Amino acid sequence: MSDAPRHDALIDALGAQLTPVRRLPPPWLRTLGWLAVVAAIAAVLLQRYGAHTMLHRWQAAPDLCLAAFGAVTTAITAALAAFALAVPGRSIRWALLPVPSAVLWISASGMGCLRAHIPGMAVLDMREANHCLMFIISFSIPLSGLLIWLLRRAYPLRPVLTAVIVGLASAAASASLLEICHNVDAAASDLVMHALAVAIVVVANMAMGGRLLTKA
Amino acid sequence: MAQTLTLSTLTFAGRWVLLPQPTMGVTVIDKVLPTESTSASDQADRQRAAWMAAAQAGDQRAYTRLLSDSVALIRAVARRQGVPVDALDDVVQETLLAVHRVRHTFDPARSYDAWLSAIASRRAVDALRSHGRRDRREVHDELAIDHYADRDDASTGTEREQEAQRLREAIETLPPGQREAVEQLGLKERSLAEAAEQTGRRTGALKVNLHRALKSLRDRMHGEP
Repeated sequence: MSDAPRHDALIDALGAQLTPVRRLPPPWLRTLGWLAVVAAIAAVLLQRYGAHTMLHRWQAAPDLCLAAFGAVTTAITAALAAFALAVPGRSIRWALLPVPSAVLWISASGMGCLRAHIPGMAVLDMREANHCLMFIISFSIPLSGLLIWLLRRAYPLRPVLTAVIVGLASAAASASLLEICHNVDAAASDLVMHALAVAIVVVANMAMGGRLLTKA
Repeated sequence: MAQTLTLSTLTFAGRWVLLPQPTMGVTVIDKVLPTESTSASDQADRQRAAWMAAAQAGDQRAYTRLLSDSVALIRAVARRQGVPVDALDDVVQETLLAVHRVRHTFDPARSYDAWLSAIASRRAVDALRSHGRRDRREVHDELAIDHYADRDDASTGTEREQEAQRLREAIETLPPGQREAVEQLGLKERSLAEAAEQTGRRTGALKVNLHRALKSLRDRMHGEP
């Protein structure tokens, strides 16, 4: 304990400044908080568009249903991983949690392009594709922002990794929301736009989140 | 208290020796091999977790005790990350400040040591990085600095010339009485009595003039760009 006396002045000063703090809720509870916002948006979209288009697509093409399931699961697991990684001392292996669902999401959407089109449903044209790019980006910006704001209350020791997962969570969440009002069949252009949107969101988060997530 | 502190230090030492070489930036304490000291250090860890829980509620005594108790672990983590001995205290201070700032993120149901080690390890990496940056930016060649101190380099002569020119110009602009005093006493290096004889002024008046002249010259030389 010969080291402690040298830091006594600081320790005493910190002790004197000590005020009671409200403990951070556990990661799963904070994840539920963020997902509640996503669910609220989903409820609004469902009310506006109804569920029948979505259900019809899923019935006609089970792989789209699988892709949607993958997107929803990715949103949940990535958000949970981000909240867990923001607490010091949690294992870095949390970062692997969203990987299986992300693989399912991406590969199931990819499969969608290889099979026959759903009869009677329009194939996405470029204008639609552009629309879906804008949709994903415009939803994932506020969702990312909310997630970053929530994470800043914690202490992410690996800001860049956390930011990548934040991007994945919000991109998956907005892709899930898009599922509700997407009335076209999957096509290559659709997939490209999805991939582009997800990549933009993930990279933008990585570039900015590293700084946004660390407090000065 | 002394006993508790000694015990925890010993168990730290026991644990750290047993840790495998780090392969990644952050140590996961849970990976420590089970040993005889594990239960004792677990107990110490739980004790610290309890102190932190009390500190979160505002207990200052538990908090200062916990922080003093944490110093050894922080140093151990920083040393293992390769922080040089002379920088260890900086890492300790940074970590203590970070602990203070983010104390609300600690969950008393989990290991305090793992939480603290993660923060200390991060601060240690940051310290190493900024050290590296500083070393790259600064030139450390003391011999060269001794031997070739800014002596007679090309710009020095020019600068000295310009300084002298500015000073001459500044003296020109002084009021006649002051200019006379500077010329007689400063430039021609005459004594007060000689100068008084030469100019027909009293020595007291010359002194006052010189004083005023020096003040206004000083203002002008330092004030101008």
